[in-house]
Amino acid sequence: MSLLEIKDLHVKVENNEILKGIDLTVNAGEVHSIMGPNGSGKSTLAQVLARRESYNITKGEVLFNGKDLLAMKPEEAACEGLFLAFQYPVEIPGISNAYFLRAAVNAVRKHRGEEELDAIDFLPLLKEKMRLLEMDERFLNRPVNEGFSGGEKKRNEIVQMAILEPKLAVLDETDSGLDIDALKIVSQGVNAMRNKNRAFVLVTHYQRLLNYIVPDYVHVLVNGRIVKSGGPELALELEDKGYAWTEAEPVGARR
Amino acid sequence: MSTVDQIQNLTDKEYKWGFVTSVDEDRLPKGLSEDVVRVISAKKNEPEFMLEWRLKAYRYWVTLEKEQAEPKWANVKYPAINYQDMVYYSAPKKKPTLQSLDEVDPEVLRTYEKLGIPLLEQQRLAGVAVDAVFDSVSVATTFKEKLSELGIIFCSFSEAVLNHPDLVKKYLGSVVPYTDNFFAALNAAVFSDGSFVYVPKGVRCPMELSTYFRINAAETGQFERTLIVAEEGAYVSYLEGCTAPIRDENQLHAAVVELVALDDATIKYSTVQNWYPGDKDGKGGIYNFVTKRGKCLGKNSKISWTQVETGSAITWKYPSCILQGDNSVGEFYSVALTNNRQQADTGTKMIHIGKNTKSTIVAKGISAGYGQNTYRGMVKILKGAAGARNYTQCDSLLIGDKCGAHTFPYIEVKNASARMEHEASTSKIGEDQIFYLQQRGITKEEAVSMIINGFCKTVFRELPMEFAVEAQKLLSISLEGSVG
Repeated sequence: MSLLEIKDLHVKVENNEILKGIDLTVNAGEVHSIMGPNGSGKSTLAQVLARRESYNITKGEVLFNGKDLLAMKPEEAACEGLFLAFQYPVEIPGISNAYFLRAAVNAVRKHRGEEELDAIDFLPLLKEKMRLLEMDERFLNRPVNEGFSGGEKKRNEIVQMAILEPKLAVLDETDSGLDIDALKIVSQGVNAMRNKNRAFVLVTHYQRLLNYIVPDYVHVLVNGRIVKSGGPELALELEDKGYAWTEAEPVGARR
Repeated sequence: MSTVDQIQNLTDKEYKWGFVTSVDEDRLPKGLSEDVVRVISAKKNEPEFMLEWRLKAYRYWVTLEKEQAEPKWANVKYPAINYQDMVYYSAPKKKPTLQSLDEVDPEVLRTYEKLGIPLLEQQRLAGVAVDAVFDSVSVATTFKEKLSELGIIFCSFSEAVLNHPDLVKKYLGSVVPYTDNFFAALNAAVFSDGSFVYVPKGVRCPMELSTYFRINAAETGQFERTLIVAEEGAYVSYLEGCTAPIRDENQLHAAVVELVALDDATIKYSTVQNWYPGDKDGKGGIYNFVTKRGKCLGKNSKISWTQVETGSAITWKYPSCILQGDNSVGEFYSVALTNNRQQADTGTKMIHIGKNTKSTIVAKGISAGYGQNTYRGMVKILKGAAGARNYTQCDSLLIGDKCGAHTFPYIEVKNASARMEHEASTSKIGEDQIFYLQQRGITKEEAVSMIINGFCKTVFRELPMEFAVEAQKLLSISLEGSVG
């Protein structure tokens, strides 16, 4: 059984069809990259997978671990092991990072029938993950994402991913707004988590990220359709020729 | 379904304290007259000075009533109150004086237990001394003896009038005179009980003092009066909680609280107000028209108000500080929540008279449903208040698109050396914030409550620990069903 199976997914926002029939299969252990120009539907796909409500799914089916993902609430999908690293992480004033993360971890543990962690058990675990991403411990007590720089917010997303240990992590333009040092740290964090039971979907504009996180598959999303799929070399070709090339010559694996 | 749609499902909120206790009441017939005032005073065996004061207050109130001088400036709407159509005195029928808790009507004690305030148990547990006011009279005060060893007086107002008349005479009306406003005059005329606290020089009160107010009887107004005096260098922290049964008609609660802090004294006054707010269509609920004011009489004195207002159909309340002593400090931390058809017009007044006086105002308003939430504040720096400082922060949070938030800050500065800071914000609880938390496995309800608690954090921090926990729970319950 595949970890994620998207079949003929059509999604509308208001009256505009944004996704026009997406097919994608992701197996455990794989890293897929979805690339495409602005407005191609990449972020919509990421948000639909995370079950954001403001999208109208008109057709298609998504199975996550064999279960109907589209029937799940966002928190259910999260508890089942789906993680979205946000393109624009949200600020929650007055709630400390540590408190928020413990609430998140415990929600997932509760769902799995595991015992909830108290602050004493949780803190060392969190500190370890933060060290891995070279985040200062003072972030523990700062309100969630409030006053964080763009790079700090993105690193904070990866800290969350590291501590929640999802089955499938969808990274929505995690590389945007990162300087080269932060990009390396984030990539190391992701690579350290790669294993045979976990899959990643990297949504990105640029090939740059893929120098650090080498994907198994690259898909090109243009105008709501995957127009081309291939190996990591496809990303390089895109970098070279631009997206216009795929639009002009839509001879993809999924025509 | 979008969050906005779900917010419109804002209905299934239930008030969990709405039960009625069946106890025999000793109540006066409806209506208000000089005779009623005399009867109340007589029932309490009050000394002459009290009756005189009440009568003066009553006569003053009558003139106000004739002039229709009931305050109308607040941003709240309600039908005219018929002051002759309510009961001004109701008490659980009991022996005239209670020697110990054993004599309290067991039904009344059970009520407090249901509310989570087991008085008998509290007596054993160190921590909080409780005075319980049921309808109009104080039914039980715990820890009295222990406190009296330190010279602290903590008793019902009626007892204070009988046993400490000099103190009462000296301070009663010294902060809120009966001429202050319409409701203060009414309260002065008919108040039936309340709490009295006196902390002598240099004494730090070792426990939180707490009063729990409960309106039980129907068609009854509750008019209690609290007076707290902290002598030089004294410290006291006082907590107040309140609930009422569910009733279809509106009930009036017009309390007065006076605080007096002498040199180097500190009074911390915390309220968790949870009067019955009315049903989702705005039927019933308490009119909470309250005058609270503290006077920092001495130098270096400090008065700190913290309030969490989740109940009442209408709240009209401005806990204020008169900063008379040099270097005195006034604080006001407030969370006011209005859901369904609730209306709140609340805030504070900081009157800077002494030199280098300092005040801090942090007001958080949360509106949901059709709730209307108004912050009204005044900061007044008088001529002599050289070096005065004020910091004001007003934040409003809106849930849904049918509610309202309003801010009316008044600033009056007569001394050029004063420094004032004012920050204000209005935000909507964001769908993106909720989704972010949900994506991490947290349910929508928990997410909303987490966001709200974060929003209120600077205020909750000021509450004593147990109260802070209660306040958080109360907010969640009050918002139940308001999102998704």
